[in-house]
Amino acid sequence: MVNYDENGTPKKNKLSLQIDLSKFEPATDEEKKQQDVMSKSSTFFKDGMKKLRKNPLAMASMIVLVLIIVLIIVAPLVIPYGYSEILSVNGKRDKGAKNLAPFTYSKMEQKYIDEGNYRFPHVFGTDEQCRDYFVRVIYGTRVSLVVGFFASLIVLIIGMIYGSISGYLGGTVDLIMMRIVDIIYSLPDMLMVILLSVVFKEVLVFPDGSILAKLGTNMVSLFIVFGLLYWVGMARLIRGQILSIKENDYVLAARTVGAKAGRIIRSHILPNCLSVIIISTALQIPSAIFTESYLSFIGLGVQAPMPSLGSLANAARQGLQTYPYKLVFPALAICLIVLSLNLLGDGMRDAFDPKLRR
Amino acid sequence: MARYIIKRVILAVLTVFIISAITFFLMHAIPGGPFNKEKALSQATIDALNQRYNLDKPLVEQFFIYIRELLKGDFGVSLKNGREIGQIIGESFPISARLGFTAVAFALVLGTILGSLAALTRNKLPDRIIIFFSTLFTAVPSFVLATLLLLVFCIQLQWLPVWSTQTPNYVLPVIALAAYPMAYTTRLAKTSMLDALDQDYIRTARAKGVAHWKIIFKHALRNSLIPVITYAGPEIAYIITGSMVVETVFTIGGIGSQFVSAITNRDYTMIMATTIFLAALMVVANLICDLLYKAVDPRIKYD
Repeated sequence: MVNYDENGTPKKNKLSLQIDLSKFEPATDEEKKQQDVMSKSSTFFKDGMKKLRKNPLAMASMIVLVLIIVLIIVAPLVIPYGYSEILSVNGKRDKGAKNLAPFTYSKMEQKYIDEGNYRFPHVFGTDEQCRDYFVRVIYGTRVSLVVGFFASLIVLIIGMIYGSISGYLGGTVDLIMMRIVDIIYSLPDMLMVILLSVVFKEVLVFPDGSILAKLGTNMVSLFIVFGLLYWVGMARLIRGQILSIKENDYVLAARTVGAKAGRIIRSHILPNCLSVIIISTALQIPSAIFTESYLSFIGLGVQAPMPSLGSLANAARQGLQTYPYKLVFPALAICLIVLSLNLLGDGMRDAFDPKLRR
Repeated sequence: MARYIIKRVILAVLTVFIISAITFFLMHAIPGGPFNKEKALSQATIDALNQRYNLDKPLVEQFFIYIRELLKGDFGVSLKNGREIGQIIGESFPISARLGFTAVAFALVLGTILGSLAALTRNKLPDRIIIFFSTLFTAVPSFVLATLLLLVFCIQLQWLPVWSTQTPNYVLPVIALAAYPMAYTTRLAKTSMLDALDQDYIRTARAKGVAHWKIIFKHALRNSLIPVITYAGPEIAYIITGSMVVETVFTIGGIGSQFVSAITNRDYTMIMATTIFLAALMVVANLICDLLYKAVDPRIKYD
């Protein structure tokens, strides 16, 4: 039997732990205000950016990269020479402009300047075919960065689709798909890249004037090679992520309401492994640049006269004794780009996903 | 253990077979036969040549003939100079092997020492210097480093002779080849050493009053070596591909530079044979590293 007191609440037993409401008083407005959340809730992205901004190395790399990107966009607009253009003065071919040192002019150009005309300086000098070397290094950087970026994008897209299907479906499909990945993974990648590049160089023929022909067979084969071989790492990573995320209750909830597999993958699972995806893509770019410059160096990269940093470094080996600066400029560019991308990638990894830290 | 080894060996053989098949069929996808010369040969001559080299048989049969010959040690004939490829590999491989082994040993040993040193002097000056240089060297491609070293030490300063068969000087090629894997090993060794130093058994040893150097060498270092061993496989693969450009830059007549010149000369039989040879080498190296890894770490289960 329960006894009630005058307020209608059940009467307390002496030894009971039940709260005695009469001892409490309602909070004042001021006290209620203290409970209000004053600052806006920080999103995952903002939180990571805040950490990234505190990392001086990552920020310095970001600035260097931005400067390089601005330079490779602006410089070709300012400099009046083309990357494959053989120098000429007043429409006449300048035969003396061969292998000029930085900031020097050929006799013909000097005469032209003495006549009161303006001639844009050759910042890095010229090469053995009378082409402005600065423009060539700028275009080489462009090519290397673009190849690195798009190769990583291809790797990302293929790896993401393959990995998410395999991870989400699971079972036999997963088993078969992962066996294929294992086989590709066990192949020595660099040797296969070289082999595929050799073959594609001979086999691929594009109709004149198409975009593919403009890119050149070597560049296209480079992308195909990346699309064929390098996605396996990304696919493994994303599959692993999805396997752990799909066990979460919100995925179960979505499935209960009747969401289809594609929708669950797109709007529930992928956003949750976004940080891992972004970081590994960022770290993929420098390795793609490495591979491209390596292939260009052994003569399998982009097609002449299109320069890339690797092929410029390779060409500089002739006459290394006399014109060492020709090696130094593209070499410095590669190292600077790869170094800043590495540092930025590491910084992003630390900021966005401490779990990935090695 | 024995079952595991057998399983891995079978897998390795299978991988080499798959690689050989990929290489063979890809190389045969290139249009044009080996006898397409400027000077037209008579049909009878071409037929006779085709029959001599089994080119009239179906491609799959040609593949199995090729594999059979490979197993006998016959790699075929170079398209460019008509020499036996087996002979070319036999001459050039010892040079590359010497270069490669020195580089691998150099990278692993020095990388482990530097990495452990960095971990032990964490956030102090030696650590900062070591990590600075290892970060720097992971951004320098081997061909850039090789060419720069050649430029500075052989041409500008003339401290070391340029490589030739009379004066084989392995110092610069080894540095060029080992720099990247060494930098990577250093970073790896540092993190694994830090992990090891954080373990409970280190604290127990300290509490027992074990000497500092003994803790480091007997307890921490041995455990920190495990991830370093795992990296040895990829490292050997890196050194094999890196040796191609490094040998080319220093004009060392090893198997790597033979491979690169075969690519430039479109010497397809040579490319095919060298690819299979180097791939088999990488697979074997990986197999040995994996087995070693399992042998060193008893916590790992065999499956």
